[in-house]
Amino acid sequence: MTAEYNEKKMNQIIRPLFIIILVIFLGTGFVRAAEESESTTETSQPEGFNPGKFVIEHVSDAFEWHIATFGETEISIPLPIILYSSDKGWNFFMSSRFHHGKETFNGFRIEHKGKNEGKIVEVNEQGEVIGLPVDLSITKTVAGIFVSVIVLLFIFLNIAKTAKRRVNKAPAGMQSLFEPVILFVRDDVAKPAIGEKKYERFMPFLLTLFFFILINNLLGLIPIFPFGSNVTGNIAVTMVLALFTFLITTFSTNKHYWKEIYNPDVPWWLKFPIPLMPIVELTGVITKPFVLMVRLFANMLAGHLIVTVFVSLIFIFNVKMGVEAGLGVSVLSVAFSVFILLLDVLVSFIQAYVFTLLSALYFGMASPEHH
Amino acid sequence: MGFVTPDYGTIFWMLIIFGIVMFILKKFAWVPILNALKDREKSIADALNSAEKARKDVAGLKAANDQIITEARREKDIILKEARDIKDKIIADAKNQANVEAQKSIEYAKQQIDAEKTAAINDIKKQVAELSVLIAEKVIRKQLDNPKDQEVLVEDMLKDLKLK
Repeated sequence: MTAEYNEKKMNQIIRPLFIIILVIFLGTGFVRAAEESESTTETSQPEGFNPGKFVIEHVSDAFEWHIATFGETEISIPLPIILYSSDKGWNFFMSSRFHHGKETFNGFRIEHKGKNEGKIVEVNEQGEVIGLPVDLSITKTVAGIFVSVIVLLFIFLNIAKTAKRRVNKAPAGMQSLFEPVILFVRDDVAKPAIGEKKYERFMPFLLTLFFFILINNLLGLIPIFPFGSNVTGNIAVTMVLALFTFLITTFSTNKHYWKEIYNPDVPWWLKFPIPLMPIVELTGVITKPFVLMVRLFANMLAGHLIVTVFVSLIFIFNVKMGVEAGLGVSVLSVAFSVFILLLDVLVSFIQAYVFTLLSALYFGMASPEHH
Repeated sequence: MGFVTPDYGTIFWMLIIFGIVMFILKKFAWVPILNALKDREKSIADALNSAEKARKDVAGLKAANDQIITEARREKDIILKEARDIKDKIIADAKNQANVEAQKSIEYAKQQIDAEKTAAINDIKKQVAELSVLIAEKVIRKQLDNPKDQEVLVEDMLKDLKLK
């Protein structure tokens, strides 16, 4: 994907957001109501408020974990930067060396504009870009993955311990909270989608997938460090998840699966001389995981975007129409944000379920019985 | 960092982390948890099955008990009936025997009475005869004392003889 495509896509995302803002702006009256604490924390520089940038920055990946900004002071957790360039070899340092992206360190700096926006570039002494290093930094998203994985391991290793200790007894503690969910994945997702005989092989992946997505979705909704990083709203993450589904599907295929693709049961003129159906079927093989990737990514990103948009409304009103308007709108904004957040809790479960269910269906379809 | 451009650094870390997590969870969480679930389901199913079996056994036992009781009751009835029959028979036999005995006694009594009667009659006859002889002797002795009377007597006797 090129940078142009990237920009176009960005516009596509931002434009509807502005329409939403406009609709709310026209549709709601100005309620002057009680003071909201939220509006006081981040209103340090309302003059320079750029809602688009604000929203995008909140859902984007970053080299440091931003917590809050007070006036000129930015509070953030530095994250490790890991770079490899052919000139300098491996470089390990903390992102605090960039001073929130304002300075150059060891010939590297974060680019803020142009086609490499948001990436780390290698520069020479004159400050000219000389290349892009291989960037394996622990970004905010990767750190978020680590956090969620720790939570995931803590929960399920604990449950496994309890399960081993209490043989043939009723579940206890966390086990009783998660066991129904595990049973749900087994009995209502894996068994009907894959079949009684073959489902067991896929259970570890499906369970890991379900709980990884669910926990990341839910942690992403908690706006306090160390949670709140937009993991499942990051396309790289969903891409890897979809890739696993794709690989497992492909490696568990049987000959009927490939027969259905290359020689499906359709009239011959759909296969010869132009192999129309095989092309359609082959496209399907790729689109299935692709759709999985985009669905989860878009849903989670949209949830985060809308919440941030509602919050940024406060600052827009603050800047354009004065502090009173900002305070008034903050009531509505907070109400809408809460509503959307609650909706996102629901979406978190639904998306984890949908991703797991579709993966299970694809596994089931990969080795069909001959009919 | 664009939204729709997957960042290869994130992909790299995600692949490693997710792979390792899946491996660890599979080995140390999912397999034990799923096995525990399966074991528990199996033990519950077994317990239910054995409960069902026990229920059936108890029902079978109850049926057998009922049968035994019915049998016993039937036997009791038979025994009672037999006893009643025997009782009736004994009573009937006793009655018959009593009748026969009574009859015999009566017969005997009758014979005895007859014999006694005959003896008595004979005795009476004998006494009457003796008395007659005695009377006759006395009469005769008295009458022969007087020759006239003797003649009257002879005449009377002759009369009697004639009449006969």
